[in-house]
Amino acid sequence: MNGNGAILSMKGITKSFGPVQALDGVDFEVNSGEVVALVGDNGAGKSTLVKAISGIYSIDAGEFSFEGTPAKIHGPNDATSLGIATVYQDLALCDNLDVVANLFLGQETLVGGPGRLVRALDETNMEHRSHELLEQFSVTIPSVRSEVGTLSGGQRQQVAVARSLLGEPKVVMLDEPTAALGVVQTKQVLGLIKKLRERNLGIIVVSHNLANVFAVADRIFVLRLGRRAGVFTTSDTTEEQIVGSITGAEFGNDQEQKGSG
Amino acid sequence: MKIGDPDYAAPADAAAEPTSGRDIVRRFLQGDLASLRVILAIAAIWIVFELQNDRFLSAVNLTNLFLQITAVGLISVGVVMALLLGEIDLSIGAVSGLAAAVMAVLNVQQGWDPYLAVAAGILTGAMIGLLQGMLFTRFSIPSFVVTLAGSLAWQGALLKVLGNTGTVNLSNSPITKLANTFYSPGVSWAIIAVALSVFALVTLAGHRKRVAAGVTTEPIGLIIARIAVVAAFAIVAIVILNSDRGLPLALIILFAFVIGFQLLTTRTVFGRHLYAVGGSAEAARRAGISVTRIRIIALVLCSSMAAVGGIMAASRLLAVNQSSGGSNLLLEAIAGPVIAGTSLFGGRGTVWSALLGAVVIGSIANGMDLLALESSVKYMITGGVLLAAVIVDAVARSRRQAEGRI
Repeated sequence: MNGNGAILSMKGITKSFGPVQALDGVDFEVNSGEVVALVGDNGAGKSTLVKAISGIYSIDAGEFSFEGTPAKIHGPNDATSLGIATVYQDLALCDNLDVVANLFLGQETLVGGPGRLVRALDETNMEHRSHELLEQFSVTIPSVRSEVGTLSGGQRQQVAVARSLLGEPKVVMLDEPTAALGVVQTKQVLGLIKKLRERNLGIIVVSHNLANVFAVADRIFVLRLGRRAGVFTTSDTTEEQIVGSITGAEFGNDQEQKGSG
Repeated sequence: MKIGDPDYAAPADAAAEPTSGRDIVRRFLQGDLASLRVILAIAAIWIVFELQNDRFLSAVNLTNLFLQITAVGLISVGVVMALLLGEIDLSIGAVSGLAAAVMAVLNVQQGWDPYLAVAAGILTGAMIGLLQGMLFTRFSIPSFVVTLAGSLAWQGALLKVLGNTGTVNLSNSPITKLANTFYSPGVSWAIIAVALSVFALVTLAGHRKRVAAGVTTEPIGLIIARIAVVAAFAIVAIVILNSDRGLPLALIILFAFVIGFQLLTTRTVFGRHLYAVGGSAEAARRAGISVTRIRIIALVLCSSMAAVGGIMAASRLLAVNQSSGGSNLLLEAIAGPVIAGTSLFGGRGTVWSALLGAVVIGSIANGMDLLALESSVKYMITGGVLLAAVIVDAVARSRRQAEGRI
């Protein structure tokens, strides 16, 4: 899309677990205002790469650079302070709390004055900011005071994404954002991803669903057996080419192998 | 709810503004249903006992009823802290007895100042909570096992502290004033007037702030109605109490702790994190909350409130002996909040359930005593009420989720 230069780029990322080489010299980059889909078969190294970027795993070798300057990621806090937010597949929401409480969980706003001594919550401020945030991205939920447990899967996914945006990140990683969602809800989440792109964020989407990948991604990055198998521009690529790259076949292969993803 | 085009830009709360009367009723039913149901249950229990024995609703008996539930109500406030995490503390009975014994021995036998002795008793509870909390989090042992082992150990410590005589008489100690002080009508009215004014002003100021910020608000009529209902209950209670011995200090202490813990759990970062850990410990951990810290603090608060309740019980019974904190105290202190809608599985419930549950259990016990029923019958009825309350709660919850989920 509007290539504003790589916001996050990685070179020669290597990570092994004992004898298992999970990532082997992988180069990867994402630009501002771009959606990169990360695809690959089970065990291809997708999760390892995501966890390396989000700081959960420390890499054995390789270099990160963020906004053109070298960066080190040794833990989740390093990734967060750089401006990388991750939305995990299981969302990690508290069903018994309302949307506002979930959005601000762990980063609550305190009231000023004497109430600060007892760490009293500024509900009004948090609710106001929740409205702003959700309206900005056209998130459709019944009320910011709804319990998250009463929301649909798509709405929960949108709340999880919205929460990652509170820290004003520059890169957002989404792990299987449309898994287990219905058609309408998937469309809502893809719409939200497009909104994030409009706001010039770099977006990394891990997905098994090639139809969704083609619907939303600008580039498709294929991992196979811990190596970079190919990078494709979505507009000049067919699904067969991607399947071929994922499975290692020259050309599009039969549906059986695709189904194993 | 509007679904369809993902670009459809609805105001996030379009469906939530309580504009019609039906919405208000719906919100009221969803939000306060548990408390309302318990209040209706209390009314039914009182009517049934009053029909059986017309002394039940007399001023003397109602005052006695409130004095009877103070200790267990205070302990239940602490139990709610553990229940909100989905944990349970089985040591509260023994801890309440031990804390009271420490206080009594220091005050009566060692001649400590009564305030210092009470503080030492509460500190004993806090330290026990800290120890049990650290064992529970450090070794990942289920809380009920740690506290069950603790319960036996503290029971032994109670016997040790009380020494050979096995009992400490408090009748000459100023500590008995805690449960045996009553305020005259003038003072009672002044206290309740101040409390209601503060409640009304804080509620209205909060509403004004929300209106000014343009966020979701309840209709002003509902807020005024709520203040009026609370004021009506308080005024009726004061009239009844004043026609007997007056407003008991013990009741003020109970309400002070209930309101204090209610504010702690609903208005502070700690309270928010307590509910979060109870709802999903994993989600809380990923949000950067120290789950271990929340768990330890909750168990410290639980044991501390057990100590407070034990001290109140000692003050009322004028003595601490080997059976202090024993008998049904543990069962009643845990059953109360559960009867009044606090989940055993964590994340759901309120501090008010400690008070309401204590009133339910206390009313049944008091009424059955007035009717001079046998213990066998009393146990079975109390057990039946607990079971019925939990079933009603489970059914209501699954229905609400079925309605709410798309």
